[in-house]
Amino acid sequence: MIEAQGLNKRFGAVQAARDVSFLARDGEITGLLGANGAGKSTALRMLYGVLTPDSGRAIVDGLDIAGETSRARAHLGVLPHSSGLYGNLTARENVAYFGALHGLARAPLEQRCAQLCALLEMDDFLDRRVKGFSQGQRLKVALARALVHDPRNLILDEPTNGLDVMAIRNLRDMLARLRDAGRCILFSSHVMQEVAALCDRVVVIGAGRVLADATPEEIRVRTGAASLEGAFLQVLGSAEGVG
Amino acid sequence: MRALLTVFRKEFLENLRDRRTLFSALLFGPLFGPLLFGAMVTRMLDQNSFEADQSLQLTISGSERAPGLTQFLRAHGVTLRLADLGEEAARAAVMAGEENVVLIVPADYPERFATARPAPLLLVADSSDAQNRKNAERARAILGSYGGGIAQQRLQMRGVDPLLTVPVAVNDVDVATPTGRAVAVLGFMTYFVLFALLMGGLYLAIDSTAGERERGSLEALLSLPVSRAALVGGKIVATCAYMCLSLAVTLSAFVVVFHFVPLERLGMSANLGVGTALVLFAICLPFVPLGAALMTFVASFTRSYREAQTYLTIVLLVPTLPIAFASIYSLKTRGSLMLIPSLSQHLLMTSVLKAEPVRMLDVVVATLASLALAAILVGLTARHWRRESMLG
Repeated sequence: MIEAQGLNKRFGAVQAARDVSFLARDGEITGLLGANGAGKSTALRMLYGVLTPDSGRAIVDGLDIAGETSRARAHLGVLPHSSGLYGNLTARENVAYFGALHGLARAPLEQRCAQLCALLEMDDFLDRRVKGFSQGQRLKVALARALVHDPRNLILDEPTNGLDVMAIRNLRDMLARLRDAGRCILFSSHVMQEVAALCDRVVVIGAGRVLADATPEEIRVRTGAASLEGAFLQVLGSAEGVG
Repeated sequence: MRALLTVFRKEFLENLRDRRTLFSALLFGPLFGPLLFGAMVTRMLDQNSFEADQSLQLTISGSERAPGLTQFLRAHGVTLRLADLGEEAARAAVMAGEENVVLIVPADYPERFATARPAPLLLVADSSDAQNRKNAERARAILGSYGGGIAQQRLQMRGVDPLLTVPVAVNDVDVATPTGRAVAVLGFMTYFVLFALLMGGLYLAIDSTAGERERGSLEALLSLPVSRAALVGGKIVATCAYMCLSLAVTLSAFVVVFHFVPLERLGMSANLGVGTALVLFAICLPFVPLGAALMTFVASFTRSYREAQTYLTIVLLVPTLPIAFASIYSLKTRGSLMLIPSLSQHLLMTSVLKAEPVRMLDVVVATLASLALAAILVGLTARHWRRESMLG
């Protein structure tokens, strides 16, 4: 479970997050939807603790990320916006490096690598150097890296960027499976269809503010729009003064 | 501590697989100095022995006016070329490089010589040309000894003891040991050693900081439950490891080069065997963490490989400054100077190469000063890594 409690963050003259509060529950996929520059990454970065909020708290499984950073992070898998890999290491070594940094011993780590390899279908390239991998292969490795310590919560910042249709499809299936296993998944996107197709709950963000926090269907009903797309546009538009 | 070791292992392994790192850290950096050095010393030796072996070539004009002098010159191994040149013609010929050094015996020479008045001789040479200047000096020395001999004969003929003209006898006592003389040549060797040392860690320092940012793996790394100090520590230790390897290769290469370069022919002995190399390694060791921390610190502020390279090239020059000062002011190993890293290593290494006794206290002070500065830089780097701006 991931909880944002009144997060505020200012960079110079820009207020990137204004009193952002929402809850991402276990066994649900929560989508953070917003245009580019709406403050999605800033909110996520505060949740996984690489940015310190000016005020407010970020809680992971009841642990405050500011006070109990290491323990909270142990409950958290993170796939940041830029998820580069180490080109001179093999896929397995990339995953194992993060596993070792999470404190996993050699034997459990090997076991976990085998598990993830099966889960993400990485047999073909597990022991090849990452240099020259396709986007889809890279995403699998990055995802395996984020999941190496078997976290209860997963944060993904625009994971579908640069992926082809097939890879996006695979990712969706993967996230759905993780949700069904009771994990809490929070991901950001600026693509409405993606969020609509995958999310149990949508948090719409505009200009650093939470504009809506409900199920996709609720948002549609509340706005009275015929389609989800229309509903989202209405929510986003009202924030920007065009609706 | 475990995290630090994990980071160290990964950085070490990853860079071992990188050709660019290996080339600069273990080949170009450490071998460039010794090879260049060996080539230069060999060339110097060739030139010196070449000059000593060759007889002096002298063009003489009006030799018929000074038969005694001509004979004397021939007897002293000077190869004479007889010519008939006026002063102007001689000047032009030397300036154009057609003639080497020209000795002109003027018309009034025989008359003044016979009457024991100073007889004029004209030596035309070009002092802006090093080779020509050396020849002129050799000619002048031979002419001087001819004049000295004539003077003695004249005094004796007049019944005066020639020793009266020698009121003082100066005896040179040169305290330079053969090895000490070689230090003029060895002086800049210490810079090559420090340079290779830094080159060894250069690419790892860049790759583990700016490289991490550029390939986008930094944020994932920073979101792990690992202290930033452990991350920075592992990276710096890995950089240190490469620097040590590079240092070892350089010193080994110097040992080999000195084995083949016949310094003894210059009357020097190179105090650089395996034992000395180990001592030099130990002296440089405290400079390793300092260099690694400095490079990692600077590279942490840069956004890209290219930017990091630019700044670290400047860092590579930093250790030259104290060494340059040392040679300008010809500084000697002194307690207070041991507080300045790179200068202290330079002075200590020079002492060891000269086979001078090295005070243990100086070594301790130099070591502690370097390590203290390294610790400060590690702390500053870790602090920078804790900042949000690290995300870029």
